[in-house]
Amino acid sequence: MKVLVPVKRVIDYNIKPRVKADGSGVETAGVKMSMNPFDEIAVEEAVRLKEKGVVSEIIAVSIGEAKAQDTLRTAMAMGADRSILVETDVVTEPLSVAKVLKALVEKEKPDLIILGKQAIDDDMNATGQMLAGLLGRPQGTFASKVDVTDGSVTVMREIDGGSQTVKLALPAIITADLRLNEPRYASLPNIMKARKKPMEKITPADLGVDMTPRLSVVSVAEPPERKAGIKLDSAAELVSRLRNEAKVI
Amino acid sequence: MAVLVYLDHEGGAIRQASRSAIAAASRLGDVDVLVTGPDAAAAAKSAAAIPGVKKVLQATDTTGNSELAEPVAALLADLAAGYTHILAASSATAKNVLPRAAALLDVQPIPDIVAINDADTFVRPIYAGSALATVKSADAKKIITVRASSFDPVAGEGGNATIEDVALPAGPGGSTFIATELSKSERPELESARVVVSGGNGMLNGENFKLLEPLADRLGAAIGASRAAVDKGFVSNEYQVGQTGKIVAPELYIAMGISGQIQHLAGMKDSKVIVAINKDPEAPIFQVADYGIVGDLFTILPQLEAELDKAG
Repeated sequence: MKVLVPVKRVIDYNIKPRVKADGSGVETAGVKMSMNPFDEIAVEEAVRLKEKGVVSEIIAVSIGEAKAQDTLRTAMAMGADRSILVETDVVTEPLSVAKVLKALVEKEKPDLIILGKQAIDDDMNATGQMLAGLLGRPQGTFASKVDVTDGSVTVMREIDGGSQTVKLALPAIITADLRLNEPRYASLPNIMKARKKPMEKITPADLGVDMTPRLSVVSVAEPPERKAGIKLDSAAELVSRLRNEAKVI
Repeated sequence: MAVLVYLDHEGGAIRQASRSAIAAASRLGDVDVLVTGPDAAAAAKSAAAIPGVKKVLQATDTTGNSELAEPVAALLADLAAGYTHILAASSATAKNVLPRAAALLDVQPIPDIVAINDADTFVRPIYAGSALATVKSADAKKIITVRASSFDPVAGEGGNATIEDVALPAGPGGSTFIATELSKSERPELESARVVVSGGNGMLNGENFKLLEPLADRLGAAIGASRAAVDKGFVSNEYQVGQTGKIVAPELYIAMGISGQIQHLAGMKDSKVIVAINKDPEAPIFQVADYGIVGDLFTILPQLEAELDKAG
């Protein structure tokens, strides 16, 4: 069975993003970029399913600027067999990305699409659900455990206050939460091998998808800073301040 | 102009976060609400008492389908014709359902709003709260989740809305609800607690988290945790406060042995008063804390309890 894994190139999670001086967005020029951490978990899950013999082929796909091919190479170094770059300079939104992915799903006919639950740049948490909606297929979001058996997948999902288990007929869409697995680091030999793996390059127009964003950014600003308070010497002083100054206890 | 709010409820009691979503919605138009589930009738009764709600739509379902995104998203898409905006509090349920409904309506959703500028323009955090983006939607209909801590909840009593039945559609099929497992707790809900006591890496192990309980009992607090503590298995992930966990804004937040990673700060920096206890004087948590004590939390914790007993 075939798995499609969409991956996004984002500012590395260890870097503190800086708002551009003109308030038009967040500075990405000259900033270290990496694969979205939740997408790494999605790739890892696909690779584990392949190692278990459940999956025969993993296709990584990225929608974005030309440099997204670095992210696809990383996915292939982790174990994806081939990749597709859908190149566009337009700002990507979950709706337009879901439309591109829908077109690719119709072409490639994967049994499973595994995405990260959320990209750490726009924090939308929407693409997987939207793809499932457009395809009219079952969704298992925020997955912490995935079990594929005979044409269906059982997904344990993280919900508020606990977990929920659902069973989905294939093809299905899964979005990976933090605790699904711990992604591997690509080894040097695998990074070398990934360079030779096939990468197809197409555009949204080839798939007949209009990428025009529905949301326009009016401005991007730093959040109001919280000021550092005072250091106290004892629990007694803390309790007294909380009671008499802050009046919260 | 009418607005629909999809409510979260627990056994018929409307969650406080959903009342914050109603507060946000009432700034956009007349508010109707939707409740689903086996206890929808009880939830509808509670919802009808919320001031400002005009009409309650109840979809009672005992098949388990109301636990699934597919039928509920289909229902929201069916109901959408009568509304300019569809809102819900940012919960795991809403995040599962609303984007799917948005796809069915060809709408780009606007998640986690913290402010409303006008009917088309909203403010939302990006990059785990490192920046605030003001975005204007070109869609005819808006699908929005609301960060509850940014909107004061409306009251729970005093309203008198009408209640109408709606049927939950079957959806496209292929999904089956198997089970839900909720962790039982006597403590207040993390997202609506007045006081939160959280532990981090400095708690060293899961056993030590029990040491926070007497303090939480004295303060009537919920217990939270940093992602580091959750990742290390000290406590389960429903305790996690942060960008990828719960967003909280209590009156008092006490961070015990939490260094203050960006992703944790994103989940608690809107708290009214922040207290940090950490042995590392350079820990970033002190940059946002109103009161800090540099020291060993295992020494300070019992002192704190003793002082609270004394003072109280």
